Amino acid sequence: MTTETIIWLLPLPPLLAFFLIVLFTNRHKAFSHSLAVGAAGLSWLGSMLVFVRALGVPEFGKEVFESAINWLPTGETWLKIGVLIDPLSAATLFFVAWTVLMIFVYSIGYHNFGQPAGNHDRPGLPPHGATIQDEKGHKHSVPSIEPMYSRFFAFIGLFAFGMYTLVVSNNLLTFFIGWEIMGLCSYLLIGFWYGKESARDAAVKAFMTTRVGDVFMLLGIAFLYSATGTLSFREIFRPEMLHALATTATPFFGLSAAGFIGLLLFIGTVGKSAQWPLHVWLPDAMEGPTPVSAMIHAATMVSAGVYAVLRMFPLITADFSGHALTPTMSIIAFIGAFTALFAATIAVAQNDIKRVLAYSTISQLGYMIAALGIGAYVAAAFHLIAHAFFKALLFLGSGSVIHGVEHGALHTGEHLDANDMFNMGGLRKKMPITFWTFLIGGFALSGFPLLTAGFWSKDEILADAFGHGHWAVFATLAVAAFLTAFYTMRQVTLTFLGEPRTQAAEHAQETPWTMTLPLVVLALFAVGYGWVGIPEDFPLIGGLLPNWFHEFVGGTLAERPESLPFNFLPLLTSLVVALGGLLVGWLVYRKVKSPQQDRLQIPLLKNKYYFDEAYDFLFVRPAYWVSETFTYMFMDRAIIDGILHTFGRVALWLGSFLRNYFDKPVINEFIGDGTGNIVKKAGSSLRRIQVGRIQSYMLASFIVVVLFAVLYYFLIGGV
Amino acid sequence: MNFLSSHLLTLILFFPVLAALVILFLPKDEVKAIRWTALVASLVPFGLSVLLWMRFDSSASGFQFVEQYPWYEAIHSTLHVGVDGLSLTMVLLTTLLTPLAILASFSIRERVKAYMILFLLLETGMLGVFLALDLLIFFVFWEIGLVPMYFLINQWGSEKGERVLWGKVKMQARNYASLKFMIYTMAGSLGLLLAIQMLGVLFQTYDLPSLYLKWNALEGTVMGLPVATVKAIAFWAFVVAFAVKVPVWPFHTWLPDAHTEAPTAGSMILAGVLLKLGAYGFLRLVLPLYPAEAQRFAGALAFLAVMAIVFGAFASYGQTDFKRLVAYSSVNHMGIVLLGIAAAAKVGLNNPDVALNLSKNIALNGAVLQMFNHGLSAAGMFFLVGVIYERTHTRNLNDFGGLFPLVPIYGGILLFTSMASLGLPGLNGFVSEFLVVRGAWPILTVYTAIAMLGLLFTGAYILKSIKQVLHGPLNEHWAHGEHRLTEINVREIVVMAPLMVLMLMIGIWPAWILDVINKAVMMLF
Repeated sequence: MTTETIIWLLPLPPLLAFFLIVLFTNRHKAFSHSLAVGAAGLSWLGSMLVFVRALGVPEFGKEVFESAINWLPTGETWLKIGVLIDPLSAATLFFVAWTVLMIFVYSIGYHNFGQPAGNHDRPGLPPHGATIQDEKGHKHSVPSIEPMYSRFFAFIGLFAFGMYTLVVSNNLLTFFIGWEIMGLCSYLLIGFWYGKESARDAAVKAFMTTRVGDVFMLLGIAFLYSATGTLSFREIFRPEMLHALATTATPFFGLSAAGFIGLLLFIGTVGKSAQWPLHVWLPDAMEGPTPVSAMIHAATMVSAGVYAVLRMFPLITADFSGHALTPTMSIIAFIGAFTALFAATIAVAQNDIKRVLAYSTISQLGYMIAALGIGAYVAAAFHLIAHAFFKALLFLGSGSVIHGVEHGALHTGEHLDANDMFNMGGLRKKMPITFWTFLIGGFALSGFPLLTAGFWSKDEILADAFGHGHWAVFATLAVAAFLTAFYTMRQVTLTFLGEPRTQAAEHAQETPWTMTLPLVVLALFAVGYGWVGIPEDFPLIGGLLPNWFHEFVGGTLAERPESLPFNFLPLLTSLVVALGGLLVGWLVYRKVKSPQQDRLQIPLLKNKYYFDEAYDFLFVRPAYWVSETFTYMFMDRAIIDGILHTFGRVALWLGSFLRNYFDKPVINEFIGDGTGNIVKKAGSSLRRIQVGRIQSYMLASFIVVVLFAVLYYFLIGGV
Repeated sequence: MNFLSSHLLTLILFFPVLAALVILFLPKDEVKAIRWTALVASLVPFGLSVLLWMRFDSSASGFQFVEQYPWYEAIHSTLHVGVDGLSLTMVLLTTLLTPLAILASFSIRERVKAYMILFLLLETGMLGVFLALDLLIFFVFWEIGLVPMYFLINQWGSEKGERVLWGKVKMQARNYASLKFMIYTMAGSLGLLLAIQMLGVLFQTYDLPSLYLKWNALEGTVMGLPVATVKAIAFWAFVVAFAVKVPVWPFHTWLPDAHTEAPTAGSMILAGVLLKLGAYGFLRLVLPLYPAEAQRFAGALAFLAVMAIVFGAFASYGQTDFKRLVAYSSVNHMGIVLLGIAAAAKVGLNNPDVALNLSKNIALNGAVLQMFNHGLSAAGMFFLVGVIYERTHTRNLNDFGGLFPLVPIYGGILLFTSMASLGLPGLNGFVSEFLVVRGAWPILTVYTAIAMLGLLFTGAYILKSIKQVLHGPLNEHWAHGEHRLTEINVREIVVMAPLMVLMLMIGIWPAWILDVINKAVMMLF
């Protein structure tokens, strides 16, 4: 098979799995997960094949794999769609294939495959556990299998299809299709346990918040398409096309066409990658099953947002001279840096193990966005991929933790919030694999020096901000990095270190291999991946391994970005903030036993700066009012229908007037009572049925006819 | 075979009448026979339309399969029918939806004979409008379609509900709705009738292809007034008639009433086809006959379109009645059609700007495809509302919630259809919305941007309905005993299946239909 054919086929297996599960195997759990995992495996295999072939192409980037077909007829021309693998998408494909496959495998264990059906479980709620009897007649509570097991695998199959479609697209249209399909899947999966009020609200919130971004993005696509006549990336990125876009002025805020389109597309990313001010949906998205959180937060959806900016980078920076940031880039840099810090401050006060990770995701995405805003293309891509690996690891790890604690709770019969870190403690002995892999993930997130991927990628962003003199961005990101290390260590300390604080934590158990194996695989990447991007002139170890990543992904751009000369200051900063944050986190939280002892439980932070409340007041309630009261009751019912009814009423009045003062005295007296009575009788009985409406409307039409007849008469008369 | 080729359109057009005549002679208690006769009979025009579609040459210009017979010779009106890509698409939609609606009506138990006869007559009425190439014939069919629909709403509509008019004056909801529908459309059409008469008197013909030429070439004065003035008046007479039908904000308030009170199949046809008559009128008559006026008043049309998109979505979001929510979604979706039309109108005929012409073309492609797509998704949505209404006898969203575990298949189908209606990429609605937005953006930038607010709220009301119907804790009321909600049955799935297949097909591979539309609109305007 040619590489292009394989690329076309890449997204299809998960889609096929989705349809097969929905239509045929939805009652057979083992079939369903085999189909889904098999499909993810096939796509993984294809992705690896494509990746390896891409590595074999000299000067990959100038040469790419691309193929397109006609899709939409538009006048004399066609809108083409197609597939493209260039260095950026090849690298993205690599991490997507791995994380997706791992998440699929993990889901089998997470949804308790092989366990009995629950006693009271019903579709729409998480499984509550089942009671089994052993040979001696003792009853045990054990975890029960998810009632909608097959449905879950169908949905994540569709999700994977969306992500693969997006990655292999050579044009913005299919890119957007994948983008929105993921939006739908996130909605379906966040609301997977739709029986919970919180889940059903979170699902709607996620869809609507991201849709705010999406409608702007749609406008951006429409604008780009009308300005260039194409949506294919490589055609848009031709130098003359970019030049034309950069020099066309728009009436909007003095931006060039390139800048304005870039801004519109970026708003889509703000929604999808949960950047401030559209970040509110992502923490609530934790309502979904944990593999979904990993899927959304690491492997696919939020990464897609950053990927979109990476993809459109040549357009966004079309009028960037290399010195002063363009207005669009400044906005991107500001939003990214602000979000990185803002979300990190919220994360320190959260007690839900998954919520901490949720805010850290927002914060880390802010890093990437800020990097893109200051033009650090390769650094952003590097961090995107590193983050995908260690964040998938952390989410799956947290799921494993929760699973272990729930297992303990079933055993002891306790009712507690298995997500609350204050109900944990001491899990390192109970769940060693989970502990060590989580620790690796956490260290990678904190940027633990030299060993972890997070260090290399984060360091590169800081170095870039420093090297180009973006001091504000540099300082903000450095503070955020300190907080990141701090809350990560807080999380690790509260969860794994010390002594168990509840019976459930005391009886927690390591999870089955289907869950731990993905953790181990991802942990390998969370460490090893960083070594492909070590700067050449890094002290001591630089140059031992080639800086492959920079060479490879940098080749995506027309002009390969220069490597920065090494500077000690940003390196020192990274070291201090990472190690300092970890140390302070451990020192502060090793003694903390309960939320009361935690001095960072500040209401402002715990309540996420009251953004939910503010949005509720500013947007949600007014929307209800505008819809129900203003539009429907007032405008449609009172005004428009009121006018129509007035027509009817006037006609009715006119009708009865004519009847009383013309019909009755004139017609009745002249023509005679006999016929008159019949007419009257018929009329009144008719009126009882219709309450006079027929007459009134007829009369209204009659008046109109007369008016037009008069008009017509005068018009005719003029000839 | 020869007879078939030369009479294909009249066969499609009048076969339902023939079938209605046959049913007239069936005994009225033979309900089963009546139902199946109606269904099989309605499949014949569909089969013929598919044949028509296959034999149609989309690259040839002008009307095809033309037939012309003398009709009203004294005033030079003839029964002149023909199709181009535009009417072909609409004919296919009509003949597809009618059998599905008849199948959906198998649950009707009262006066089945009269019901089926009316339904078949309705089909002829609608097809006549799409096929007519004679203005008078066009108008005749335009009005004929109203009568069966009036009775369908009035006699088979929902039995509950009252509407307060003013003070203490009340009316049964279905009477109110059917009257409002009938009178409103008729009153709106009066101007159209007069304008048509004027054309007929002026040119001594009602033949559309010749009117296109003569009317546009007209100069000087008509009846003592400058041509421009006369055309402006006639333009608005046409526009009002079609605007009521589409319906364009603020002429839309008949729609939620009529759609809500109509029987399920009636709503399917109302939303699926009848609304398209109005949009079709814009495309077939207003744009080609009044290019200059349309260009002049394009801003006003765009304004009304955007109002429909935005306030249609808001009003839909504000509903607690499931069916009314879906009804208002039609206002929202048809607003997008009008936005595309307004964009094309703004560019006008023979514009020298190549880029603008392309945008116009794209906008019109989107508008026509949106008509077809809305036909599919609205019919599907109304049917699904009907499915649940038949079982629960309530449409109040607050009575539902938590139905997903009870009716998973229904839930899946509802989700799918809702997403098509929402315009999810990968399904049909997105393609047409994207085309309209793309086409309208360079022409009507500000209006397009405001329309996005409507698109956002499209998401809001769709999600609201899913949330209120399917999601939530298991609904105990509908879970047990006599209220136990039963799953969607095979007949109902058969109604939905073709719609869903088409939604997916157009979403993934729109070229098969868009190619025909594209070539048609290039020649049309």
